[in-house]
Amino acid sequence: MADKVFIALQNNAEAQPIISAILADNPEAVLTESPGMVKIDCPTRLVVKRESVEAQLGREFNLQELHINLISLGGNLDEDDDEFVLSWQA
Amino acid sequence: MSIDLKTTSIEPLRRTFDHIADKLGGDKPATRYQEAVWGLQPAVNFHYRPTWDQRYALYDPSRTAIVMRDFDDLIDPRQYYYGTWTMQRGRQQDSQERNFEFVEKRGLLAMLDATWREKITRFVLPMRHVAWAANTNNASICAYGYGAPVTSAASMHMMDQLGVAQYLSRAGLILGDNDPILLDVAKAAWMTDVMWQPMRKLVETSMVTRDWFELFVLQNLVIDGMVHPLVFERFDARIIKHGGAVFSMLSEFMVDWYAESSRWVDAVVKTAAAESPANRAVLEAWLARWLPEASAALTPLADYAFDGEGAAVIAELAQALRARIARLDLSVQD
Repeated sequence: MADKVFIALQNNAEAQPIISAILADNPEAVLTESPGMVKIDCPTRLVVKRESVEAQLGREFNLQELHINLISLGGNLDEDDDEFVLSWQA
Repeated sequence: MSIDLKTTSIEPLRRTFDHIADKLGGDKPATRYQEAVWGLQPAVNFHYRPTWDQRYALYDPSRTAIVMRDFDDLIDPRQYYYGTWTMQRGRQQDSQERNFEFVEKRGLLAMLDATWREKITRFVLPMRHVAWAANTNNASICAYGYGAPVTSAASMHMMDQLGVAQYLSRAGLILGDNDPILLDVAKAAWMTDVMWQPMRKLVETSMVTRDWFELFVLQNLVIDGMVHPLVFERFDARIIKHGGAVFSMLSEFMVDWYAESSRWVDAVVKTAAAESPANRAVLEAWLARWLPEASAALTPLADYAFDGEGAAVIAELAQALRARIARLDLSVQD
């Protein structure tokens, strides 16, 4: 269990492109929908790529905008301008 | 007493409208953009043909030589519908407004020397007539086009072009210290100056182009694809070298807008070309016809703006446009 990472986002129109981008970039990700939120679990590593979100969204996207719809996350976070990566670093 | 809080998960019966689900290939969450444009085109229950042109139905996909299985495929990568578009333009208008105020308050345009004032008056200001024609042309694309994704985006493009024309007019007013005389001079140049006549002829020809997709290619890809880099990149770079950085402040919107709207223009043309070899051939024939015409029409203007080096500048711009067209998987013969 400890090697599993997750991200939970509000389930709204704004988060939809981010959710689609995550699911496309992380083939092992598992989506669980709850009322008002979605939780995405992924073994070992989960990445949110700016480029993929931009492709879904059709405009420039600053990864910091992710925080507006972010509920919770599990894992060590490594964030730069292009990628937002969750993993458990030993 | 203890209270147990429980959540009940209610599975939605449907995630989107049936016609959107058909297009998406399943009942998946759709974006607001998709729900705003797909299936919006009126297609049935028109009993009579319009009296003004009985060859076609009121909304008729055969008004263009381009054939699409589904015109709803011509989507806008910017995903603009009324809400997203107005918010984006509102922000840009605010920042452009501040630029105008800044320039006006400090009288920055007054510092330009006479040569460059003259060049702006005779070369840049008449471009507002070109932008106005682009406005009318996109209204025509919207009126005669088929499929809400492309016609709605064309109507926003129409308003954007009106904005470009208005910003140019305002630059002219500031340059003339709120006296519209320079706009009259620019209008006279547009109507009578020899160097403007080939461009005016091309613009007026575009306004009577009946095939809306051909007009799209001519106006939005070819004319804009030459005019915007010429005026707002090349001429801009030149005037900055001569102490005219203020010009960039007045044309900031045009630069951002051109980069942004090019993505839409490219996506529409690329999708139409990828649809069938027949479409590709039609598009290539249009480009082969209009690209040389646009180059020829702009050369005398570029000659004036770049002191006789117009042909070289236009050749470079045409080359750049060819490279852009090549990225759409189309080729144009030299």
